[in-house]
Amino acid sequence: MASLTAGRRGGRTDAALRAALGVGVLLLIVLLWDLGVRGQWVLVFGIKMAFLPPPVEVARLLWDFAFGGLYDDAYSAALWEHLGASTSRVLAGFGLATAIGVPLGVLMGRFVWVNAALDPAVNLFRPIPATAWVPLVLLIIGFGNQATVFLITLSAFFPILLNTLAAVKEVPPRMVEAGRMLGTSGWGILLKVVVPAATPGIVSGLRIGLGLAWVILVLGEANGIDTGLGAMITLAREQVRTDRVVVGMIVIGLAGFLSDRVLVRGLGLLFGRRPLVRA
Amino acid sequence: MRSRARSALTRVTRHAQAGGVVLDGVGKRYPGRRGEPDVEAVADVDLEVAPGEFVAVVGASGCGKSTLLRILAGFESQTSGVVEVGGRPVTGPGSERGVVFQDYGLFPWLTVRENVTFGPRQRGVPRQTARRHALEVIETVGLSRFTDRFPGELSGGMQQRVAIARVLANDPALLLMDEPFGALDALTRTQMQHELRRIHRETGTTVLLVTHSLEEACYLADRVVVMSGGASHGVPGHVSQVVTVDLGDERDVNGESFNALERRLVAAVHGEESAP
Ligand SMILES: Nc1ncnc2c1ncn2[C@@H]1O[C@H](COP(=O)(O)OP(=O)(O)O)[C@@H](O)[C@H]1O
Ligand SMILES: [Mg+2]
Repeated sequence: MASLTAGRRGGRTDAALRAALGVGVLLLIVLLWDLGVRGQWVLVFGIKMAFLPPPVEVARLLWDFAFGGLYDDAYSAALWEHLGASTSRVLAGFGLATAIGVPLGVLMGRFVWVNAALDPAVNLFRPIPATAWVPLVLLIIGFGNQATVFLITLSAFFPILLNTLAAVKEVPPRMVEAGRMLGTSGWGILLKVVVPAATPGIVSGLRIGLGLAWVILVLGEANGIDTGLGAMITLAREQVRTDRVVVGMIVIGLAGFLSDRVLVRGLGLLFGRRPLVRA
Repeated sequence: MRSRARSALTRVTRHAQAGGVVLDGVGKRYPGRRGEPDVEAVADVDLEVAPGEFVAVVGASGCGKSTLLRILAGFESQTSGVVEVGGRPVTGPGSERGVVFQDYGLFPWLTVRENVTFGPRQRGVPRQTARRHALEVIETVGLSRFTDRFPGELSGGMQQRVAIARVLANDPALLLMDEPFGALDALTRTQMQHELRRIHRETGTTVLLVTHSLEEACYLADRVVVMSGGASHGVPGHVSQVVTVDLGDERDVNGESFNALERRLVAAVHGEESAP
């Protein structure tokens, strides 16, 4: 008992130490950033730190973007509107990719004929990056919301599909045998055995897909869109507002991070103690 | 409490008539992998098991024990011969033939109770009925305190109890067990043997148990089927001997007659193994 308690306390100290270490590195990056801007460092790749805004300025701008009261311009307290618009596009694209990718992956993983029919097409389209789709999408869909959601859907779709497919293929045959000898067959096996058994892998795919959705957002929103974090960054670049670009980057990074946490927590609530998400 | 649980199990007895097994000239040939010849795993297996009988199957590994069991379970189909359970040819898996795997094969995302109600629910038994029956069956395997645990939170012995409970919940006519206690420690193994013996008596279910342990076979079975050969011996696996265990109901594993029988089995298994 004593050793158990000690072990647990040790674990907590460990966690605290690790957190402190992580935060320390972040602070170090900010410090170097500040020093670099002041000292006008030129780094590898020709990074000219002098062109960057200092961290304090970015922090002020970020505050104003979120809560207003500092600069009183078009961007004051506008974060939530932009974030909301971007989030809804990400959710639409991610939702669509999930709604198509998961069932298709399950069917491909379970039925050789579905797999035979779709595998070549998937392998042909998969290597084309979403960025390469942009020019074509702008030509055949046109600037705007639909093009953005399409690009997000596309980029989230393949990791979701492929992870689902792999997870379904890796379901131990024993699980299926157990289901069958207990009196299940056909759709029962698919829905009550295969899908739950594959869920940890499917969830991994969803997380990767959601991450990519935020990645591609900036590209999608770069054209013909007024409201959205990507649109805001694009406009800031055109106006050579480096500080605003950095603020937009930070917000998108945080949004991507938080959406992953929300997804994992949400599934956690849904699954309870069931071991359905990879540790 | 125990008596209520027992009554739940004795209901099974009426199904037991259906648990007779007939294997007649059964053979299984697995298609060889690319370029290699077919694997003739078993050939010409004749065996009849009476309803309610407990039969153990022993033999060196590779002699086709699992193959026979998987054919009876309906996971594989025989390439020759007749396979009947309860007078009906086996055409695929079915809930009247419960299988207990060595690696348990529990659904890790379901609790103990949900694992046990899985079969009945799939067969359309109403939720409440299935739940009540499950609790009774869980009690007979001594896991009442763990109904809401997940398999990953249980020891191997407990998981195997769940695996047994979930097939018992289906009131199977035939219980097929492939080295069910092979992965358990000696103590747990002995406990599980006692429980299986009790369950067999209470349910009257026909049991076919594949085991590596001749002592286990002697302790539990009415008859022991000794298999030998196997694809790697150049001879397909086959039944070489069937030994009737005439030790009565109370078996003393340290008794004279028990040891004599065990020695006979050792000779039967090893004699065949070293034969050309
Ligand atoms: N799916 C399979 N494909 C090819 N050969 C198999 C397959 N399953 C079993 N065998 C072969 O059949 C023989 C009998 O195997 P098995 O029934 O597992 O033996 P046992 O359970 O007695 O150890 C072995 O030679 C094994 O390699
Ligand atoms: Mg085997």
